Formats: sequence, C-alpha cells, structure tokens
Amino acid sequence: MTDDAPLLVAEGLTRYYGARLGCRDVSLTLHAGEVLAIVGESGSGKSTLLGLLSTELEPSAGAIHYRMRDGEMRDLSALTEGERRLLLRTDWGFVRQHAEKGLRMAVSAGGNVGERLMAVGWRNYAGIRNEAIDWLSRVEIQPDRIDDDPRAFSGGMRQRLQIARNLVTKPRLVFMDEPTGGLDVSVQARLLDLIRSLVADLGLAVIIVTHDLAVARLLSHRIMVMKEGRVIEEGLTDQVLDDPREPYTQLLVSSVLAA
Amino acid sequence: MTALEQTQTASTSAGMPAITYNFAYLDEQTKRMIRRAILKAIAIPGYQVPFASREMPMPYGWGTGGVQVTAAILGMDDVLKVIDQGSDDTTNAVAIRGFFETTAPGVATTTRTQDATVIQTRHRVPEQQLQAHQVLVYQVPIPEPLRFLEPRETETRKLHALADYGLMHVKLYEDIARHGHIATTYAYPVEVDGRYVMDPSPIPKFDNPKMDDSPALQLFGAGREKRIYAIPPHTRVVPLDFEDHPFKVQHFAKPCALCAATGVYLDEVILDDRGGRMFVCSDTDYCNTRQAEGHRGEMSALPEAAE
Ligand SMILES: Nc1ncnc2c1ncn2[C@@H]1O[C@H](COP(=O)(O)OP(=O)(O)O)[C@@H](O)[C@H]1O
Ligand SMILES: [Mg+2]
Ligand SMILES: [Zn+2]
Repeated sequence: MTDDAPLLVAEGLTRYYGARLGCRDVSLTLHAGEVLAIVGESGSGKSTLLGLLSTELEPSAGAIHYRMRDGEMRDLSALTEGERRLLLRTDWGFVRQHAEKGLRMAVSAGGNVGERLMAVGWRNYAGIRNEAIDWLSRVEIQPDRIDDDPRAFSGGMRQRLQIARNLVTKPRLVFMDEPTGGLDVSVQARLLDLIRSLVADLGLAVIIVTHDLAVARLLSHRIMVMKEGRVIEEGLTDQVLDDPREPYTQLLVSSVLAA
Repeated sequence: MTALEQTQTASTSAGMPAITYNFAYLDEQTKRMIRRAILKAIAIPGYQVPFASREMPMPYGWGTGGVQVTAAILGMDDVLKVIDQGSDDTTNAVAIRGFFETTAPGVATTTRTQDATVIQTRHRVPEQQLQAHQVLVYQVPIPEPLRFLEPRETETRKLHALADYGLMHVKLYEDIARHGHIATTYAYPVEVDGRYVMDPSPIPKFDNPKMDDSPALQLFGAGREKRIYAIPPHTRVVPLDFEDHPFKVQHFAKPCALCAATGVYLDEVILDDRGGRMFVCSDTDYCNTRQAEGHRGEMSALPEAAE
C-alpha cells in the first residue's frame, strides 16, 4: 500500500429521511493527513453527510470504502458490528458540537480519556492515568483537573477534553461537527489553533462540518459546498473561497447568506 | 430437585376455607417456562435470559425473582433453606420460608446449610462450602452490571453480545480515582467463564471467591427486571480489576465475638447506647453450629437474656 492510496472513498452517498432529502449523490476521496471542510447553510445536508461517512447513519444508496490499519480497503457496510465499533474507537474519532454528546459528563476527565484505552484492553491503572495526564496536557488542560468531571469545565475545556478522549488511541481520521459552534470568539480562536497544531503534528485526516467559512479557511485543505443536499462546488479551500464559481458560494463568501 | 408435576392442595390454617394452590404456587406451565429459561441460563453462563416474570403474592423488593426460580426447581424431596443477609430468621427469610411451607407441602425446610438441597439467598453466600447436590438461588434486584454507565437497554444488550466491557473498567477506574482504591464492596462485577460480565447481586465482595469453581449450581432471579442467569458448577468466576489494583476481599481485624471464627464475613452488632459493639458471623447457621461444637468467642459469656 503506497501513501497515495486514498484513506476513504465514498461514492453516490444518498440519504432520505422518509420522503425528505438529507443529502444526495455525494462522492468524495480523502487521503491520509488531508483536512476536508464541508460548508453550507443550515439544512443543506452537512450533518447528514458526516453521519453517513462515520457510519452513524445508514445510506439509502451509495458506498464507503476505508483503508484499514492493515492496509486493506474495506466496504464499511460489510463490517461486522464488532469491527465497526473497534474502528470507531481506535482508528476514528468524532468531536461533536455539544460536548455532552461526546463526553461522559458524570465521569472524570481521566476516565473520559482512559475509556478508549480500557475498551481496547488496557488494564494497568497507573499506565492509563499517565496516558490521560499526557493527553490532557497536550490539549492544554492542567493535569490537576484529571479527577474533575466535565460538568465543572468551561465550554472550551470540554471541547479540548473531547479531542483528548478521541486522540488517545491515535486515530487516523477524525470527524468534527461544528466543533467551535457556540463558543466565544476568543475561545474559538484558541481551540482552532490547538486543532490546527494537533492535526499537523499527528498527520490526522479530518472531515469537518462548519457553517463558518473562517474555520474552513484556517483548517482545511479542501472544501465542499453543499446546497439542498447536494455538493455544488468543491476544490482547494483557498481557490474556492477566493474565487468561487457558483453564485451560491459567492453569496456565502460575501456573507450575504446567513449560515 | 426432581421436577414434580403434581398439584397439591393446602389449607392456610385450620378453620380457614381450603385454598387450592398449585405445588409451589406457580402453575405447571409457568414453571416449565421458567425451567426453560434456567436451562438456557446454564447453557450460557453469566448471560441474562429474559423470562415472563409473574406477579407473586409479595412485593418485588422481597425477592420475587428468587422465589420464582425456587418454585420452578423445587421437588417433593427437596430441603429448603432461606437466608437474608446470612440470617434464617429475618422477616424476609421467615416470610419466604413460610410461603413455601404453605404452598409446597412435603418440602422440608431447614436452617442448616449442609442439610439443604436448595438455598434461596438475599445478599450472602453461606460460609460452609457448598456441595454438588446443592443449588443456591440468589435474589437479584438489578441484574445489569453495565447500567451504571449505560442506561439504554438496547445498548447494554449489544455490549454483552460483543463482549464490549470497557465501561466496567471505567467504573472501577472512577472508584480508584475517587477513593484511592476500588471502593465497590457489594455487587462487585465478575467475568463468568471467560465471557459474560455479571452482577453477582448485592453480596459482599467477600463472597465473590466462593462463586468461583463452586461444586453447587448457582441461579439468579430478578423478578421486576424479568431476568434469570446462572453459574453452572465448576465455572471460572473472576472479579474484574486492574493489574496494579488487584481484587481483594475485606479482612476483619478480629475473629467472631461469639464463635471465634476467622476468615468469615462479620456483621457489626451494637450492644448498648454507650458505644459497645461486637463483630459476629453474618451467617447465623455457621456461627450457631460452631458454638454448638464448643467454639467460644470473647463475648460468649454474655447473658443470653439480652434478647
Ligand atoms: N432525523 C431527521 N429526520 C428528518 N429530516 C431530517 C433529519 N435530520 C435532518 N433532516 C433533514 O435533512 C436535511 C439536511 O439536514 P442536516 O444534514 O441536519 O443539515 P445541516 O447539518 O447542513 O444543517 C434538512 O432538510 C433536515 O430537515
Ligand atoms: Mg448540522
Ligand atoms: Zn461466629
């Protein structure tokens, strides 16, 4: 397997909620270390697409292939439930807008970070704790907060804890759905800096959903613009944002459309 | 424990109109349904088998799951013992024993562990090593060991199916993080036969080692939650722990104040309102037997009249 083999290939992803269209006929290819932003107005199908890609939603049509750690390209719909869960908690991460959906709020920060390690068989308390301390400091959370639960944390800290909890198994692909949504501007800026440096240090591939084009510009290499469930424009982030072809994208860029 | 399929008649007390019960209260069809669940539970050690739990003439907190299991396995030649926290004479134990004396005439009852063929228990395993011909029936309030961190039943079922038990260690991790050691002292989770993680019911963790490789069949009934599970004889039962925080049972500083037994589970008994107390065997049959054999503890001289 060479490094230019894609990490993930999606073809013709379509999802209906009953008669209602979620997203339609989306194809994409993602390589290791690549950051892809999915942008568009509210209701354009971004979260639906992310749900499909992360196998949380079942597609009405289409397929996803993923290059597993052993190098084999697998059809994700053919994984057993056990294989799928192992993938989700080792090689993948998911950072959610609402921390309470991505964290165990009644479990300490250390327990939140250690959960994946315990799930894959770590049975040494001191070892788990040391790893948790290491990851907390990497996301700029003081190690002495290790036994506090996330209910005592600020919004920005909760997001950083989510990131640590996901990265502890050294995933190759992380999904993010509006990770900076609802945070104060200064808190957002700090979080984006952190995400950017972690992504670079670890060579992570990221698929990030955002309605905020500034976030897309700061983090992503490539961008996909969605409207009414379809991808209407895609390309290198700077190109699309500096020189949008589609009138809809032009409106988005000029902030005429409230996202 | 032969499965007798006969209907018995019993009258509650002289002078009252005779009430017709089926032997051991439950009708034969219900007993067969419960026995099928028990057989399945024995075939899959530690797996929680759903069953159609019936209303029993006692409240749920009284061990209706255990009562239904006992009713389903009881035969005419059985000898039944009922304990509650190690004691044969609490209200709960007396009521359940009385229930079977009334509804299962012919079944002998006993307080002696070694004489019993079926022992229904709430919160203890007898101190005396059980034998191959004995069955221990546990009353279970909450059968799901994962519930603490995962309240959704659909999800816990999946976790069991996939043997996905990381959450159990999260719970133990939290214990150590908060208390410096694993502070779970009751209902301490175990792995059964290298596969299913099981809640042993609220027995003290002191009793966990007795579940391992026991010659006796162990059955667990949860009435409100409609679950039956089992540990067949000579099954490996291993408490969950960490390498650097291994499972340990409680240790008691002093022997039983009445029979001088060591290595048994002791209850604290308040003697007076001036702070006087003593520690005595929680298993009253075990303690009585030892005293009858002549063993004496440091408080044995106390006047019996204190009752
Ligand atoms: N669970 C659902 N049931 C029905 N319709 C849904 C559901 N989730 C999303 N939709 C619809 O699918 C479309 C895309 O939604 P979504 O993917 O959430 O968009 P975005 O994340 O871009 O705001 C919208 O029309 C939305 O109303
Ligand atoms: Mg969304
Ligand atoms: Zn004693």
